[in-house]
Amino acid sequence: MQEAIIIEPRGRERHYWLELWRYRELFQVLAWRDLSVRYKQTVIGALWAVIRPFLTMVIFTVIFGRLAKLPSDGSTPYALMVFAGLLPWTFFSTGLSDASNSLISDSNLISKVYFPRIIVPTATLGVAFVDFLISFCIMIAMMGWYRFVPGWQLLFLPIFIVLAFLASMGPALWVAALNVRYRDFRYVIPFIVQFGLYVSPVGFSSSVIPEKWRLLYSVNPMVGVIDGFRWCILDGQSQVYLPGLLISVCVAIAFLWFGIHQFRNMEKSFADLI
Amino acid sequence: MSDSIISVEHLSKSYLLGHRSVEGKRYVALRDVVERGVRNFARNAADLVRGRQIIQGDEVEEFWALRDVSFEVKEGEVLGIIGRNGAGKSTLLKILSRITEPTEGRAVLRGRVASLLEVGTGFHPELTGRENIFLNGAILGMTKREIRKKLDEIVAFAEVERFLDTPVKRYSSGMYVRLAFAIAAHLEPEILIVDEVLAVGDAKFQEQSLRKMRDQAASGRTVLFVSHNMSAIMQLTSRAIFLSDGGVEFSGSPEAAVERYLCGQRPEQGAQFNVENTKRRYQGTGEARILSLRFDRSLAVFKFSEPISYVMRVRAERRLGELRASMTVFTRDGSPAGNSFSQEIDGLEAGEERDLTVTLSSINLAPGSYYCAVAVGKGTHRSRRIEYDIVTDTLFFEVMAEETESGAMAEWTTRDWGPICFKDLAVSWA
Repeated sequence: MQEAIIIEPRGRERHYWLELWRYRELFQVLAWRDLSVRYKQTVIGALWAVIRPFLTMVIFTVIFGRLAKLPSDGSTPYALMVFAGLLPWTFFSTGLSDASNSLISDSNLISKVYFPRIIVPTATLGVAFVDFLISFCIMIAMMGWYRFVPGWQLLFLPIFIVLAFLASMGPALWVAALNVRYRDFRYVIPFIVQFGLYVSPVGFSSSVIPEKWRLLYSVNPMVGVIDGFRWCILDGQSQVYLPGLLISVCVAIAFLWFGIHQFRNMEKSFADLI
Repeated sequence: MSDSIISVEHLSKSYLLGHRSVEGKRYVALRDVVERGVRNFARNAADLVRGRQIIQGDEVEEFWALRDVSFEVKEGEVLGIIGRNGAGKSTLLKILSRITEPTEGRAVLRGRVASLLEVGTGFHPELTGRENIFLNGAILGMTKREIRKKLDEIVAFAEVERFLDTPVKRYSSGMYVRLAFAIAAHLEPEILIVDEVLAVGDAKFQEQSLRKMRDQAASGRTVLFVSHNMSAIMQLTSRAIFLSDGGVEFSGSPEAAVERYLCGQRPEQGAQFNVENTKRRYQGTGEARILSLRFDRSLAVFKFSEPISYVMRVRAERRLGELRASMTVFTRDGSPAGNSFSQEIDGLEAGEERDLTVTLSSINLAPGSYYCAVAVGKGTHRSRRIEYDIVTDTLFFEVMAEETESGAMAEWTTRDWGPICFKDLAVSWA
């Protein structure tokens, strides 16, 4: 006979991660569903995925680069620098805002079927990653336009992509779970995302931050991620501030642990509250 | 304990409910509103800080949806769960499907569980039929390989071949439900939990799904089955429990459980209806009054083609020269199935009370749920008709499907064929 399922109040799943592995296809299927539904009944369809980051880049370049005349990293074109930062930031912000609403928009699933709930917000990160890949193609096209050749540092990019995942996952899980119980977060998240855009070094280089504040600045895990992306993509022309990176990594991992912990504590009551 | 595949021990579940406290107060002063608003805000904020649930309303009450429920289910058993709305059936199934967590007690399930609490959970209207099969299958716990293997079977069962690549938002509701059920019907768990899926769809679909459920049960699967369809419970299950107010009121043979349920459904005991003081929807002349109605059995269930018989107690308010009874049978959805007038018999003296036996022998009602309107009066549709008294919405009864020689249930498609199965149809070569 198979292993028994024991249902108890506040019972901890003994095979939580094993079960998650068993449901891995659901993760794919949900991400695929969100993707295929997304641009239905739109005229230009998937082009939206290209236009949105591109326009943001143009605006930032004009405002920060031309009007505010902030310095770029080394000799890289300002637009490239902005876009290299925009890549992980867009991933983080769309991931966070989509994940925060994911459980509520799938409330009919939550209240009628059992599956590891963590799949739902995680799948939205998968969707955000597809957007990321599309944006990355724009990045390559822009490099061609500026005749910019990246160096060996590009090989380290996967590490920073993983870091971007970790940094997004923690807050996404936490906020998704909180949003089920307190719908206030639905209004808080867009604000946080907007705020974060200016706090994080997206439109400007983190080298404009005074040296003595940089350590504190790196408590925002996205600082480490964005700096890392720029270092990899822009041929090492933007410097990585190592102690800051270390702090960013630690904060991201701590947040991830916290997010998973909070999510697991709350997920059993989702069906009652949603 | 060891040979049972499901054991449920002292399972309880409570919810917190919020109430509004001001009621019946004629004037609501702005000051009160502000005061209450501030108090509620303070409570909500405190709940948020302590990580508790926010409840709308002024007063919070604990409500036990399920209280101290225990039972065991053996492998291969089909357990029916019946009870009125709000008795805790759905809560029980939700706990056993691991959707929500119990407040107290514990349950052990030994085997792969699939639960079907709703048909078509997670269907996306923009996706095509084929895409939704994969989506819904994955949600219900099937792997892509399993789905691909069964795709043809599912499509054939649902009869949607032509529309497989059409978005389901363009489907008729019948197609939608058929497709959804087809996917669920092809799950192969060890334990299947089903909630009232037979209540949706047309009669043909209901029969189709009932047959599928029977196959599942016959193949040795353990099934937990909630339904309001009593004949389905009696046909399918080997044992039933009757839940009432969150507790197990009765557990035993399906017939006995259904009897308990049908008795408890009305304030009257047994298949008896006291109508002396009920409000009349239609006024008769008042020359006579129907006091009570009582079926000739304790359980208001009739076999197919069995005569329907009951005793009507009548009191004459004035001397009546003659009297006849009439009755109209309605299907559960409220449409009349047929009507009949009795012959006239000798009447009653003023103030006299007597029992009148009424038998309707050849109506051949199709399996299903019915209720009646009855009247006493004189005259019929062919002559001048006068009603002394009319009682509506009474004499609820069920007609059970016939069993064929192979033990299967005979089919009747009420939607297409109507509620009456005519007695005979003769043919001969002209």
